[in-house]
Amino acid sequence: METPLHKVQGLGSSHSGVKHFWRQRMTAAAMVPLAIWFAWSVVGLAGARESDALFYLTRSAFGLPLNAILMGAFIVIALYHMVLGIQVVIDDYVHSSGGKIAWMLFTRAAALAVAAVSLFALFRIAGPV
Amino acid sequence: MAENPQQPQRPRPLSPFLTIYRWPVTMATSITHRVTGVGLALGSVVLAWWLVAIASGPETYAAFNAVAGSWIGLLALFGFTWSLAYHLLNGIRHLAWDTGYGFNVKTADATGWFVIVLSVLLAIGVFAFAYLGHGGTGA
Repeated sequence: METPLHKVQGLGSSHSGVKHFWRQRMTAAAMVPLAIWFAWSVVGLAGARESDALFYLTRSAFGLPLNAILMGAFIVIALYHMVLGIQVVIDDYVHSSGGKIAWMLFTRAAALAVAAVSLFALFRIAGPV
Repeated sequence: MAENPQQPQRPRPLSPFLTIYRWPVTMATSITHRVTGVGLALGSVVLAWWLVAIASGPETYAAFNAVAGSWIGLLALFGFTWSLAYHLLNGIRHLAWDTGYGFNVKTADATGWFVIVLSVLLAIGVFAFAYLGHGGTGA
């Protein structure tokens, strides 16, 4: 049963209304400055020695390893943006509901794994140990 | 509708697919946005690998650098660089559309070409900059 109020609130047959659209745009907007910072950082570290990369990621600004924190934010938001984007690709090209579910689970598991490994590495690099 | 067994079955009409159109630039930029997005998703694995290499010490890091510096590694890195530049620039174009700007056909065509040209120039510029020895300075 769907009430007219439910419909008019944008929560129609997909049960989620504009949530996906909105999150895709908000993560995109957040990625603009983060991607510029990321590109700038990685260009500076291209072919660098390990000590240079370590220095860059642990360098303190305002008493915090700011670059490591920005890298963590970049990774988490980029992967969330990726899950939302890949979901659209799956919706477009995978036509069986079993296939859709399998691909979505794979995408989310992969995103979680990449995020977990990256954040663990960042913590080892710049964590308080 | 009931089938008529007398008549040979005519194939059902299909909506036209990509191959049928002469490509306007807006169509190319839209598809490229999706392709670069998927490419960057794969690139996130390389980013995780790079961070793990930094965390694991000089030997692991040297192994990463050897792969990244090989011709196939450089090719992949160039692909990621251009994809990031393209997806970022075209993403800004999409955000402008979402707020209602730039939908005019002439404007959309012009910004499409602008994004294509600028993304290629940026990728080449970034690679030239890093290759000419400005990399490794700790940014």
